[in-house]
Amino acid sequence: MSSMRIERMVRLAVKNLSQYKLRAALTMLGIIFGVCSVVAMLSVGEGANQEIQEKIQRMGSRNIILESVKPPQNENETETTLNRIASYGLKYSDALLCATHVPNLESITQMKVLRFNVQFESRMLQTDVIATTPGYFHVQRFRLLRGRFLSSSDGEFGLPVCVIGSRLARTLFAGNDPIGRNLSMDGDAYTVVGIVGDISQTEIAAQNELWLEGENQDVYIPLRTYQQQRGDLFVEQVEGGMRAEQIELHRIILSIENQEGVVRAVDALRQILKKNHEKEDYGIVVPLELIRQARETRRLFNIVLGSIAAISLIVGGIGIMNIMLATVSERTREIGIRRALGARRRDIVLQFLMETLILSISGGVIGLVFGYIIPMMITYFTHVKTARTFSAFAVAFTVSVSVSVIFGIYPARRAAMMDPIEALRHE
Amino acid sequence: MSKPIVELKKVVKEYTNGPLRVTALRGVDLCINQGEYAVIMGASGSGKSTMLNLLGCLDHISSGDYLLGGQSVANLTDDELSEIRSRRIGFIFQSYNLIQQLNVLENIEVPLFYQGVHEHEAREKATQLAVKMGLADRLTHKPMELSGGQQQRVAIARSLICDPILMLADEPTGNLDTRTGDEILQLIDELHAEGKTIVMVTHDDEIAHRAQRIIRVSDGQIVANEWTGGPAS
Repeated sequence: MSSMRIERMVRLAVKNLSQYKLRAALTMLGIIFGVCSVVAMLSVGEGANQEIQEKIQRMGSRNIILESVKPPQNENETETTLNRIASYGLKYSDALLCATHVPNLESITQMKVLRFNVQFESRMLQTDVIATTPGYFHVQRFRLLRGRFLSSSDGEFGLPVCVIGSRLARTLFAGNDPIGRNLSMDGDAYTVVGIVGDISQTEIAAQNELWLEGENQDVYIPLRTYQQQRGDLFVEQVEGGMRAEQIELHRIILSIENQEGVVRAVDALRQILKKNHEKEDYGIVVPLELIRQARETRRLFNIVLGSIAAISLIVGGIGIMNIMLATVSERTREIGIRRALGARRRDIVLQFLMETLILSISGGVIGLVFGYIIPMMITYFTHVKTARTFSAFAVAFTVSVSVSVIFGIYPARRAAMMDPIEALRHE
Repeated sequence: MSKPIVELKKVVKEYTNGPLRVTALRGVDLCINQGEYAVIMGASGSGKSTMLNLLGCLDHISSGDYLLGGQSVANLTDDELSEIRSRRIGFIFQSYNLIQQLNVLENIEVPLFYQGVHEHEAREKATQLAVKMGLADRLTHKPMELSGGQQQRVAIARSLICDPILMLADEPTGNLDTRTGDEILQLIDELHAEGKTIVMVTHDDEIAHRAQRIIRVSDGQIVANEWTGGPAS
């Protein structure tokens, strides 16, 4: 078939469609809504997915995180706990055992997560203080902005040094260079030796202003130094008295050499911890598993979205079929005339299919435009993250066009199969 | 001796109408030569419409043979029949059968569209014919804006555009008043004078006598073949 012929078919179709502008517009509406909802839904889904993936990725796919968890208490214990020291959670000995017994271990990071009032000159604010070992820098994939991170000698000699997050450096020191200055934590002085930023957070911050809030505001101090100064006992003022807790480590982060080793390492960990803890006073978080779960969730999410999208597209397709059937029966006489004057069956099929194609392509394009705008509006008004991907556009467009063509074939064939004599007699 | 354009040989046409088996033509033999002007007459249900449809390659014959311009068309496929209709046959209908959304020129061009003739060439030919039919000031009008006589002129122009070897007219004046009808018949006479082979269906005796030959059909058979001595070619 020559291109000239196609071009004339297109012009004929446009001409025929313009005879019934309202009808054509209403038919297109089905496709517009279909494509638009598919693109919008996929954008919202993809946005949510990216957000989750980022969060998990930051924990590191080769890491295993152990956390101290307060064990559940029996009812009769409740009365006495107020004035008793609750001792639970991960021990230094656990870290040592892990270091020797977990296979493919790359590094092990121990940490206490505390909360203190931090003071510099007259400024004071409450923030998280993390007492940890030097490996924490790599596990968290920090970016060193100034000075250095904690070193192993800091802990060995019990030096009162600290590294601070970039946000804290801005807010607490307000224009002063923090390096070499002392900040006070509940009366203990620590010398600032470095400033760190969070890699993933700083990257996101470049794209999205909203994330600036999450910038690093923590203080990092050597674990041994803290332990020597304060020990492992926490005393907290609560209603009706004091509550004391003894926790050696809040968190242990194990870094495994490669992703394949993570599952084996988790199994080994479970055994070690089970042997050494009477109660379930610890939790194991495996980001790799979370990533897998997130992927699985995403797959389900996509299936659900896909089905809804498919339904809306099929509805659009049925709309097209409906209209084309009406058009064909309305134009029976014309079909008869064209057949008598030499149109072959395939000319008639092509004529009606071309009309369907033009309706669905223009509907699809309009739908894509709305599908591009609506997620932007969603992000603007609700701050829900959306992500527009090329594949979402491509899928929505191709599917909608193919659905309409498939639904357009039946009316077109019906037109072509008419007996020309009968069609000519049609009033 | 002029060569035969239409040769029907023992043509039978049957069709099933629900449970009924209807024989519309029972072994018709007919020969129409080039340049002839023949009229088919008969009561309704006599088979004259069936005959016209078969002559126009709109339908397949059940048995026998049909040679159009010396070529058998009895066993052609649907596509091949379409091709024959577009290149060799010109139709003129009682109700004009123009396509409503197309203007005069576009209607005349329709057969050329399916032959893939280039647009400029088609437009040129269509304009010439429209002018010849006295439609020079109506070229871009839609059928709705034309009188019955003008519409039939458009239809005649359309039937002539591919220079057919056979022109078929089905009661071309049936929807027109006498005076306009006369003008159309005049046009057909002129076409005949130019050498066109014309077969017309009518039940008006007066009209029939303008032709050279009257073929009377009854009950699916040709019952009479009269040469009237009408206008000679």
